Amino acid sequence: MSTGVSGGAAADVVVVGAGIVGAACARALARAGTRVTVLDRGAAASATSAHGEGNLLVSDKGPGPELDLALVSLRRWTVLAGELADELGPRFPSVEHEPKGGLVVVASEPGLAGLRELAAGQRAAGVEAVEVTGEQARELEPDLAPGVLGGVHYPQDAQVQPVVATEALLASARRAGAVVRTGVEVTGGLRGADGRLVGVTTSAGDLAAGAVVVAAGPWSGEVARRLGAWVPVRPRRGTVLVTTPMSQRVHHKVYDGDYFAATQSAGAELQTSAVVESTRGGTVLIGSSREQVGFDDRPRAEVLAHMARRAVAVFPFLAQTNVMRSYLGFRPYMPDHLPVIGADPELPGLWFATGHEGAGVGLAPATGDLVAAALLGADPAVDPRPYAADRPTLSALRPDVSDAQAAQVTCASGTTEKAHEGVRP
Amino acid sequence: MTSHRISAEADPVRPGADRPLTIVVDGEPVTGTAGQTLAGVLLGAGRREWRTTSGGGAPRGVFCGIGVCFDCLVEVNGLRDVRACLRRAQDGDVVVRQGPDRAGAQEADR
Amino acid sequence: MNGVRGRHVVVVGAGPAGLAAARAAADAGARVTLLDAADGLGGQYWRHLPQARPAAREQVLHHRWDTYRELSAAVREHPAVTVRASAQVWSLDRLDDGVRLHVLVGEPDDAGRAPLALAPDALVLATGAHDRTLPFPGWQLPGVYSAGAAQALAKGERVAVGRRVVVAGAGPFLLPVASSLLRTGAAVLGVHEASRAGALARWLDRPWELAAVPGKAAELAGYVAELARHRVPWRAGEAVVAAHGDGQVEAVTIARLDARWAPVPGTERVVAADAVAVSHGFTPRLELAVAAGCALTPGRFVVVDRAQATSVPGVWAAGEVTGIGGADAALAEGAVAGAAAAGADPAPSAVRARDRARGFTARIEAAHGVRGGWVRWLRDDTVVCRCEETTYGRLREVADLTASRETRSVKLTSRAGLGPCQARMCGRTVEELLGAMDPGGPGVDRRPVVVPVRLGDLAALPDAPELPPTPATTGDPT
Ligand SMILES: Cc1cc2nc3c(=O)[nH]c(=O)nc-3n(C[C@H](O)[C@H](O)[C@H](O)COP(=O)(O)OP(=O)(O)OC[C@H]3O[C@@H](n4cnc5c(N)ncnc54)[C@H](O)[C@@H]3O)c2cc1C
Ligand SMILES: Cc1cc2nc3c(=O)[nH]c(=O)nc-3n(C[C@H](O)[C@H](O)[C@H](O)COP(=O)(O)OP(=O)(O)OC[C@H]3O[C@@H](n4cnc5c(N)ncnc54)[C@H](O)[C@@H]3O)c2cc1C
Ligand code: FES
Repeated sequence: MSTGVSGGAAADVVVVGAGIVGAACARALARAGTRVTVLDRGAAASATSAHGEGNLLVSDKGPGPELDLALVSLRRWTVLAGELADELGPRFPSVEHEPKGGLVVVASEPGLAGLRELAAGQRAAGVEAVEVTGEQARELEPDLAPGVLGGVHYPQDAQVQPVVATEALLASARRAGAVVRTGVEVTGGLRGADGRLVGVTTSAGDLAAGAVVVAAGPWSGEVARRLGAWVPVRPRRGTVLVTTPMSQRVHHKVYDGDYFAATQSAGAELQTSAVVESTRGGTVLIGSSREQVGFDDRPRAEVLAHMARRAVAVFPFLAQTNVMRSYLGFRPYMPDHLPVIGADPELPGLWFATGHEGAGVGLAPATGDLVAAALLGADPAVDPRPYAADRPTLSALRPDVSDAQAAQVTCASGTTEKAHEGVRP
Repeated sequence: MTSHRISAEADPVRPGADRPLTIVVDGEPVTGTAGQTLAGVLLGAGRREWRTTSGGGAPRGVFCGIGVCFDCLVEVNGLRDVRACLRRAQDGDVVVRQGPDRAGAQEADR
Repeated sequence: MNGVRGRHVVVVGAGPAGLAAARAAADAGARVTLLDAADGLGGQYWRHLPQARPAAREQVLHHRWDTYRELSAAVREHPAVTVRASAQVWSLDRLDDGVRLHVLVGEPDDAGRAPLALAPDALVLATGAHDRTLPFPGWQLPGVYSAGAAQALAKGERVAVGRRVVVAGAGPFLLPVASSLLRTGAAVLGVHEASRAGALARWLDRPWELAAVPGKAAELAGYVAELARHRVPWRAGEAVVAAHGDGQVEAVTIARLDARWAPVPGTERVVAADAVAVSHGFTPRLELAVAAGCALTPGRFVVVDRAQATSVPGVWAAGEVTGIGGADAALAEGAVAGAAAAGADPAPSAVRARDRARGFTARIEAAHGVRGGWVRWLRDDTVVCRCEETTYGRLREVADLTASRETRSVKLTSRAGLGPCQARMCGRTVEELLGAMDPGGPGVDRRPVVVPVRLGDLAALPDAPELPPTPATTGDPT
């Protein structure tokens, strides 16, 4: 029985994971006066959040709770980018927030009809979605393929540089008193006499906490298991291509209408689309593929070829450009396509902020706010129920975990009381 | 002229007769001999910078000479990002300087 | 001929290691495909004038030119070897049942190159190394070259990089570079070796210590005699610590170094020069080895066993990807790897030659390996990443502001290593400056796209690439 707190002083909240979601949670909680410790087994901003892109999209989401969260989060990013710049000063690298707008294009009449229907629903949910003719599309993007029939322009779509954004959120959280400890792996949970989760065991000792927030990206399922709980997050692999720097010829986030189908489908087979965007560094990013191959990190040329075909179909000039890098990451995928934000229904003291799949960068600020509001009992900016861990679509999948996981859990009655006081309302 | 091609008469390897070729570099003819790379032609003619960096606007030419540093990139016959140290020159090649690439986006934090 | 008859061995790289491997594999009964991105054979060591510029006495620039002539003729004429020049392996897929190589054949960096996919029974990686230059103020000026560049231009172009040239850095490689420069007619103002007397100097004084590698000893002794003849000073414990000039090099600052390679204050002197050739060691070309999943040593070379087998079944490695030992070691390792890849027992003489050469490898590293004091010649405005022009000061500032020492994050926040060379020039340096070496891991050397590829060529790849029949008997001319 371990009661020692060799890992450091007890925290009000331990956040597991220093990716963009954990960073946003830590910042929101720390600024609300909570003593936060962020733990990451690796380095900060180095896992999924460093292996994706930084699109902040509403265009790719159909009406529903994910879109509602995205709209709130998009507005938050606009404010946040300014706040972070002011707070961290001009020497801090820029988060490169660019509200450049998205353009979804199609090359067929049926494609256009489908897109039109989607846009109508999105408009009803509050999205700006402007249908454009082929000619208008080419005014926005002069280098589009001649075959483009038309599309929809989404002025709200934006982007940030996700690694800088994560580091900026962490730097801001640190200024508000948060402690970020890297190279510390969470190995299990500490339980109070009443069974409540009162901290974590780690590779660097135990750490008592009033609440534990799991923001471990695609590894959240494994972390939950170690803590004696369950969340059905799975990795969904994605690959991105990067060109050499060039003068800017792509001005929006441009993608073919098929992208939507790929995000909404659960198929394991290879799906690719081509979201083409330029970055401030002059490179063009082309993303991305979706594959369910577990954590297999062996790249495949076939995937790159698929993506290249898509990209060249939208922007023929890209055929002449050089691809200098590809990288791949694992989106934290949820079977019902919604993140999990909120308390675990069975284990008191455990909270989730995970499962954002291909939208974690966009959804991070709103997620952080929701977690802070829920933990501190404040009013949330959006109705949190659709993201709750006990929503019906998840309850239906829930296995019986209570006894199987007992081995991971250390009883820590000695720290229980102190930890209980942890979270101040 | 600092960099230069060794004159055939003075060269201990006793090269065969020159087979001259001319490439056009930023509008100016530059002469070399068949078998040289673009970088070889340029350096052989005493030119040692032909690219401008994106961020700092600094001059660059050959650094590694074997295709790993990408300092020597040129546009050749309309195709960008060709390593001059690897590509053999062809008579009539049109070579254009690659300049700053980032449309107005100087890094704010440099 | 005791290998598995008909086994298809693909050798990547046609330098000394790859040539020796291809011949040994073919002699052991394998069918061999030898690939090199260059349009000729020989690799870095035997870089020579192209076919379009035949020379009567090419051999005066080379050591063991006869070996090259013999090896290249052997692989070209061997009925079981297909030589493919201008064949760039741009990616490697690691599949459950082996590896698949993706190759583009054509002019370097061209659009519309011909795709080729190979699924070998055995793979020999002989991709060599490139030289490494530590940054110093002004190293980005035109007229500063890596020592390898000066060498490649002298041998492969008959171009002299300058008329008054300073050679500096570390290791025995500086000697052949100085020699080649002399043979371009340049005045070599000095050869400045960072390691202090006791390293190469001792070998030069006591050549019998090199007797175990007779070829190398004779070669080095020859260079020393040549430098003496031309009155070129060779100085140990010195470095070029800055280059100066308006738009190109006009002068360099040379300083004495202490044993840790830190400049000794007050010893600086400025020397007028129109070119500088500087290298401090070599960095192996690991892209394919990393993609194949090969284990790496802490110093990040490919781990091989006595038969040159890597940790990945079906993959062997030889030459400078496994350690910097010069051409003799590369030849010996190639001969062992080629035979083993073909399923044969390597000749005992080849194994012995390899073992002898390895001693030399270890001694180069011990004597000339980079020492941390060099950081002291950096200034805040010294460019570290040549592509993105990230300075030393900015790199440190960003690492401090983000409280990060991890290369992936710092790369994306400082931009160091994000440019077209993909951290080939600055990656190791940035890792050292951050103290973020990734022991045993690939660190900055994970580059799934081995060299830039035109997006159109990617798009044109066949969906399920048809593998060519195992090579026929004719060798492509190169
Ligand atoms: C190819 C690709 C493209 C994408 N494009 C976009 C896009 O354009 N826009 C967008 O919004 N999103 C995009 N995404 C998705 C986005 O990247 C993710 O949703 C987001 O990064 C998830 O952040 P996270 O903080 O949850 O996870 P991560 O960044 O993975 O962070 C989780 C952290 O938890 C740590 N951890 C795991 N286990 C433990 C443990 N036991 N103990 C301690 N620490 C642990 C990990 O080390 C890691 O650092 C993309 C993703 C991919 C793969
Ligand atoms: C520029 C330079 C000049 C040198 N000159 C000398 C010298 O004069 N004297 C000396 O003693 N040492 C010299 N060296 C050291 C030299 O590396 C070794 O002595 C020797 O050449 C190593 O042999 P190797 O077979 O291991 O590799 P290399 O000779 O380097 O051969 C590797 C080959 O692999 C090919 N290759 C690599 N990757 C791929 C790919 N993905 N697809 C297709 N082909 C690929 C390359 O094109 C290259 O031809 C030089 C090194 C460099 C970098
Ligand atoms: S000089 Fe380095 S790539 Fe050409």
